[in-house]
Parts: sequence; C-alpha cells; structure tokens
Amino acid sequence: MPERTVVIASRTGLHARPAKIFVEAAARQGTPVRIRVGDGKPVPAHSILAVLSLGATHGTEVTLDADGPDADAALDSLAQLLARDLDADE
Amino acid sequence: MNEPPEGRAPVTETSGGVTLRGLGVSPGLAAGPVCRMEDSTRLLDGHWAAAEPHVEAGTAVRALEQASRALAELAERAAEPEARAILEAQSFIAADPLLQESVRANALDGMHAPDAITAACAHHREALVTAGGYFAERAADLDDIRNRAIAAARNLPMSAIPDPGHPFVLVADDLSPADTITLDPATVLAVITEKGGPTSHTAILARARGVPAVVACRGARELRDGTRVAVDGALGEVRTGVGEAEAAEVRWRSAEIRARLRASAGPGRTADGHPVKLLLNIGSAADLDTEVSAEGVGLFRTEFLFLDRRSAPEMDEQVAAYEAVFRALPGDRVVVRTLDAGTDKPLPFLGLPEETNPALGVRGLRVVRARPDVLDTQLDAIAAAARATGVRPWVMAPMVTTVAEVADFARRARSRGIVDVGAMVEVPAAALRASRLLAELDFLSIGTNDLSQYTCAVDRQHGELADLLDPWQPALLRLVAECADAGRRAGKPVGVCGEAAADPLLAPVLAGLGVTSLSMSALSVPAVREALAGRTLAECERAARSALEADDPAEARSRAG
Repeated sequence: MPERTVVIASRTGLHARPAKIFVEAAARQGTPVRIRVGDGKPVPAHSILAVLSLGATHGTEVTLDADGPDADAALDSLAQLLARDLDADE
Repeated sequence: MNEPPEGRAPVTETSGGVTLRGLGVSPGLAAGPVCRMEDSTRLLDGHWAAAEPHVEAGTAVRALEQASRALAELAERAAEPEARAILEAQSFIAADPLLQESVRANALDGMHAPDAITAACAHHREALVTAGGYFAERAADLDDIRNRAIAAARNLPMSAIPDPGHPFVLVADDLSPADTITLDPATVLAVITEKGGPTSHTAILARARGVPAVVACRGARELRDGTRVAVDGALGEVRTGVGEAEAAEVRWRSAEIRARLRASAGPGRTADGHPVKLLLNIGSAADLDTEVSAEGVGLFRTEFLFLDRRSAPEMDEQVAAYEAVFRALPGDRVVVRTLDAGTDKPLPFLGLPEETNPALGVRGLRVVRARPDVLDTQLDAIAAAARATGVRPWVMAPMVTTVAEVADFARRARSRGIVDVGAMVEVPAAALRASRLLAELDFLSIGTNDLSQYTCAVDRQHGELADLLDPWQPALLRLVAECADAGRRAGKPVGVCGEAAADPLLAPVLAGLGVTSLSMSALSVPAVREALAGRTLAECERAARSALEADDPAEARSRAG
C-alpha cells in the first residue's frame, strides 16, 4: 500500500485550525486515507476526533497510507499540506 | 446605613441575608434576581419512548447534525475571534463521521438515542484525554456536544441559559464556552459559578464583555431562583436578602462607575499625587493597539517568538519583533522579560528532558544552565533593537532564586550595553533576599501568580485550592512588603505584574506597601487608576498595615477597606 511519511510543520501541531484544514482536505480526496504516528494504529484521516486523538505535535512524524488508483495523488497532496505551517497561512 | 467606600458593596448580615464568597474575576456591581442554569441531568430525566433500533439510530444521528448546525450558527454570531474559533471547532467535531458512526452502531445495538449519544461521546472523550496536553482540553467540547445533541433528540432547548423574560443574575455550576458566548450583557446582570478559576473560560469571556463575575463561589448551588442578590465582581462577594431599594442603589452606582471608568485617563497617582506607574502586560506589538492610556509596558513577554519552533529564532527575527514594540512606545518605559520557558512550558528546541515536577524544575532563568546560547542571543537582539530605535529598554530575567543567578544575568546583560537590568520575584527565596538581589540589579518586578503558587504550595491550575492562590493571602503580601522595603532602602523601583496588580481593591494596598508600578492587561487599567486616585498615600499605607495584620484573605480585604 502506498505510504508517505512527513513531519508536522504547523506550530500548534495537528490541532485546532491545522487539524481542521487537514481533515477537510482528506475528506475531499477520492479515496479513503489513513494516518498513524510511528507504529501506532492507523485512523481515518477524514475524522477530526481520530486525528486529534493521535496527539501529533509540531515535529511529530506521521505516516499516511491509502489504496486504489487515486492513492498516490491523494497522499502527495495531503503530505504537502502537513509539511506546511498551516498556522502561518491566512 | 453608612455610605460604603466607592466601588464596594457593604458587607452586612441584615434581614436574614448571607454573604457567599468566591473569586471576583470580572469587576463590577450588579443586583437582581437569581436565575439558575438548568444542569445537564435535566436531559436524562423523564420517560423516553423507545422505537425500533433503526429509528433510534436516525433520531440520534439527526440530533448530532442539529447540534453541529446550531454551534456553527453561534460561531457566526460570535464577536470575539477566540470564541468563534472555539465554536467552529465544536461544530466540526459534532459533524465527525466517526462520531456519527459510533452513535448509529450503539443505537442499532439496542441503545436508546440519548444513551447511544452519551456512550459514543464518552468513548471519543476517553481517546482525547489519553492524547493529553491541549488535545485533552477538547474533551470538554464533547460534553457540551453530548448535552446539545441529547437536548435536540428530546426536543428541548439546546442552550441551558434560562430566559425568564427579565434581567437576572445567572447562577451555574460551570459554563461551557458556547453558553458563555451566548450570554447577553443586556439581560445577564452578573454570573456566579460554583466551580471555575481565575483563568477559566467563564472568567475571560465575562471580563471581555464587562459582565461582573464571581467564580469558585462555594454555596452558589444553594441559591434559589428569584432570590434577590447583590454581586461584587471585584471583591468576589454575593449577598442575599437584598431589598428592592438597595438593588436600585447598586444598579445606580454600577452605572456611575462604568461611566467614570470610560472617561478615565492620565498617569497613576494617589489622591495626594504620589505616583504609581500604570503599565501594560503585552505579548507582542499587537497588544499595544488599545484605547486605554497607560505609561508604558511593565511586562513584555517574549515567548511568542519561541513557541513551537524546531530551532531558536534567528537574531534578525528577534530584533525586528523587539524593534516593533520599542518603536510603538517612544519615551515610555518598556520592560522586556527574557524567555520564560523550560520543562513547565516545553520548547522542543531547548532539548530539555522531561521532569516529574516541571513547576519545580528547569524553568525561567534556570534554562541558562543548559542553554546559555539562547539567552545570549536574545540579549544581543534586545541590545541591537535598542540601538536601532534609541529606546532604553529595561530587561529582566524570569524565575530567579539566588544572588549568584542574578549577578550572572546582570553581567551578561550589561556587557551588551543594556543599562537597566532587573529580575522577576516569583520564588519566596528571592523575595526573602530582595535587598541582596537589588545590590546587583536596578529593579525588581514581582510576579504574584507564581509567587502565590510557591508560597502557598498550590498548583496554579488547581481549581479546588483556588482560595490559597488568592493574592490577598497575608503571607504573599508579607513577601511583597519585603521586596518593596528593599526597594525603598535602595532607592530602586519595585513593581508588581500578575493578577494582583489588576485588582482595584488591592492596588492601594500594594501602593501602601511601597510598590512603585503596577502592570496589567489594558482592560484593568481604568479601574486600578480610579482606585488609586481615591486614596491618599497615608490611607494606602494604613490599608497595607491592616492587610498585613490579617489572618486570612477575607479579613485582609475587610481590614484594608
């Protein structure tokens, strides 16, 4: 299954506004994407509660995975999002 | 009845009335009938006519959707950006597909809709609590979402704020963010909560709206609907047994005080002209965008530059941020506090190991032991910004304990051309050695929040022990007096920043103890200015002596009045 590993760049971590932006973007993908921290249990990236419960702070390494024909495109766009400081965007 | 001092309600035990005491977190006077907030158990009362599982599932999911929509509508109406962000996040959580899925699964397993909602919220709440830190803070959101969804399922009003059709004093156990935001200052005269602390959501939003508030008020639960009470949001007092004539007088005085505060301006001084500088606590240049007139900045917190960084901010970035503040304050005093972080407020780039008791660990100036480079770069940047702007900033270290520490800090600062060097007194050991510290320094600033925590051995966040964090604790005032005396003998300024400086009743006591400046958020300045202007220095000194002789905060307050 294709995967992308990326470091959370947002200053507040995957919390508050950055978490919301990420979850909304994940929900727009054509394929279900999962996210995990380290060897932890993968959770659906389109659920804000699941994403918050990862407890991913600034600098945490997370891994995204997805299946299907659109997987690579979806993973690339979400990984790019996490690599940006979403607190800085206005 | 004697005329009470300005801004204070009289404390009398007349006509069967009693006085409840809590923490006054939003100053102001109010009088009116109590109306109690319905508590969430109302939602579980009563019969629930259970339907087929798939019907229950539909009801439960629709209820969640209604809660989400209602929260989104509240967010749109919210004036304060913080409030809007909190409500938008809650609305988004209520619409979470996993939450809906758990609710549906619970109902299909045979639970009634309210139980299905309760169980699903409890499950996800647990996961957030396990994630810890600021993720755990969102757990309370799920409680509010649960209550709103169950109310929707039962066709009850989602807001538990009562609507008796006349202005009232709201009494609650605690208030959720959504409830606090929907408070209408035109109908809610004051807020009293049994729980909560000085930094709770209720306190912050009530202050922002100018609604008098008393939190951590023991006995508030016993107040009955319709009881007429007088509330003093500065003293933290709630009095029952108030007659209509007296209530009218309180309302009249409240309006008069509000009008006077709006017109307040000028430097801080006592009635006979003794100066006490009124300064602002700020986190960045943006906080200087206020209508309030003050005499400079007494606490410029520099942490914002360092938060959530993988490496320390570059020199240039720091210089620019300091310059922005210095340029906004030409000719005024500005006191810069160097980075106050450590294991209590962890910053990844500091690379400090976790500690079992961060409040007693490597924090404040102690970080210099591990990372002297961070302090040196910051002092370089402050000195460069001073040169570029021609401003002469005062610079102080947080959380000092010993003379050797401050001597080292002063040497580092002065070698860079910083002239006015000071330290924050937050540790009792530092207060007890104030004279010796001032032999090495030019000024002291007392941080009463931490000094309370260390003097009375109470965690600052401990809601149950909030009374021990009361800045009127005589032991805390004794340490403030120790510092002020040392300052007087040395002819050097000793200021106070922290919640105590913003208490209009405490301000004259602090001035009487010999404190030379008070630093607070802009909102608190007018009331403190008026409180000082109402007393001569001799009266302030008398109040200070009385407060020091008291055995507890309540006695200190009444003696000082």
